[in-house]
Amino acid sequence: MIKDEVKKKLEGKFKDWSVKNPRRVYFTVDKSDLHSVAETLYKDFKMRLSTVSGVDNGDNFELIYHFGSDKTGELFNVRVFVHEQDNPEVDSLVPMFRATEWVEREIHEMLGIKFIGHPDLKHLLLDHDWPEGKYPLRKTCILEKKPYPQDKEDENG
Amino acid sequence: MANKKRKIVPIGPYHPLQEEPEFFKLVVEGESVVDLEIEIGYNHRGIEKLSESKHWDQVTFLVERICGICSTSHPFAYVLAVEDLLGIEPSERGSYIRMIVAELERIHSHLLWLGLAGHFIGYNTVWMWAWKAREPVLDLFELISGNRNSYAMMKIGGARRDIKEEDYSAIRKTIKDVYKDLRLFQKAVEDDPIIHKRTKGIGVLSYEDAVSFGAVGPTARCSGVDVDVRRDDPYAFYKDVDWNVIVLKDGDVYAKVVARVLEMFESCRIIEQCLDKMPRGEIAVEVRDIPAGEGIGRVEAPRGECFHYVRSDGTNRPVRHKVRAPSFMNVATNQASVPGYTISDAAITLAAVDPCYCCTERSVTFDRKGNKLLKGEDLIKLSQRKTEILREQLRKQYGK
Repeated sequence: MIKDEVKKKLEGKFKDWSVKNPRRVYFTVDKSDLHSVAETLYKDFKMRLSTVSGVDNGDNFELIYHFGSDKTGELFNVRVFVHEQDNPEVDSLVPMFRATEWVEREIHEMLGIKFIGHPDLKHLLLDHDWPEGKYPLRKTCILEKKPYPQDKEDENG
Repeated sequence: MANKKRKIVPIGPYHPLQEEPEFFKLVVEGESVVDLEIEIGYNHRGIEKLSESKHWDQVTFLVERICGICSTSHPFAYVLAVEDLLGIEPSERGSYIRMIVAELERIHSHLLWLGLAGHFIGYNTVWMWAWKAREPVLDLFELISGNRNSYAMMKIGGARRDIKEEDYSAIRKTIKDVYKDLRLFQKAVEDDPIIHKRTKGIGVLSYEDAVSFGAVGPTARCSGVDVDVRRDDPYAFYKDVDWNVIVLKDGDVYAKVVARVLEMFESCRIIEQCLDKMPRGEIAVEVRDIPAGEGIGRVEAPRGECFHYVRSDGTNRPVRHKVRAPSFMNVATNQASVPGYTISDAAITLAAVDPCYCCTERSVTFDRKGNKLLKGEDLIKLSQRKTEILREQLRKQYGK
């Protein structure tokens, strides 16, 4: 288990360190510290980024970077809060490793968070014709139900 | 100047019979591939959003529909995530049932891949034999769960259905037969000079690239990255059974064939031990309300780590459910492993991460003016033709 070592190394950069169980650690870092924290976890501790979960909390966005230490099985979940509503931005981690390339593109199109330094934030999963500014995983986005062709016929007659 | 000679070979995107449509744009110069662009999303169904509108128990069945081949990995990861949220341990017998189903799934998934890989390089015998060996495994699923696919065996707290004790002997017998077939495949792969020529040193994914792309499963393990969630972050009873993680160094297609065959042997061993160790008792513990909180579940699916994150606000539905399938990380590695080889090797290299095969079957080649040159079947034929030529050369060389 390396969580004490990680905690020592990241001293002063995190808030709300919580150990949910021996292999699940959650903590919050400032947006500006994300790059350096990720660098420590990836380069110094040789961790692998499993993925990033983006959550719309209503008044802010929350990104959870799931770093896994494959030697000990511990999962370090780094929370980053983005408070801007109009133009949310976070530093991209692509310059460090390519695992985030698709992950960031997905979050960009689903939640509308911009990643500064990403080479090309084009659509990954959504159609190229998807309307701009409509982000399906935001809580404000309610996808209207398309009527089945059958129902349409019923309406008409 | 060099750009003028470049052509784009689109492979994909859609075939209704197979899962996971993807669209590959191979940028080629003559025979060799110099660049690769990947487009995905043709099968995006918005399951994460849909999940927010379902009851906790319904989501188990929803995520089972994500993938048809590894249909138990997603619900497995999801129930583990919810149990992590709750802080409970699933029932002991339920966990063993989960392990047996998961390992049987690995066997059938790897056999399916082995068969298709054989087909791509022009070994239709391998294809038929591998699928013949896979059939009894599917029959076993039908015996256990009533379905050959989408078994619905997972439930928050344990398993949804018991494995009857009178079925143990049928499982043991099938595993024994599979074991025999695997020996045959192992020998075929090890001894056949053509398979060596077609797969050794082809589509190499380096250790550095595997780490950078965050590759998982056999794709990563074949490049020397020692990762397996079953051992690293043990769930169910993987730490109580004796098995090995297969790690190979070469990173080529051959390593991926060998690793998958060897992994199936390990799966057979795990299933046999589970049958020996499985205690009698309840198959699931009762779970009523899901309190507010968050949880993470990780499962080693046949293709690698399957990751689920759930968050609850105390209502009867998840507020957020993040799903990360293993292929999401692995497909991207093609950007590193395909360029530098020929078009005829692209079919097998793209297939080596075990994504989907629909792509190759539906490919069409255009030149820059949009004239159709090659169809998907031609690409497979091209690949098979290469094997024929190699076979001919070997025959001459050894005077057979």
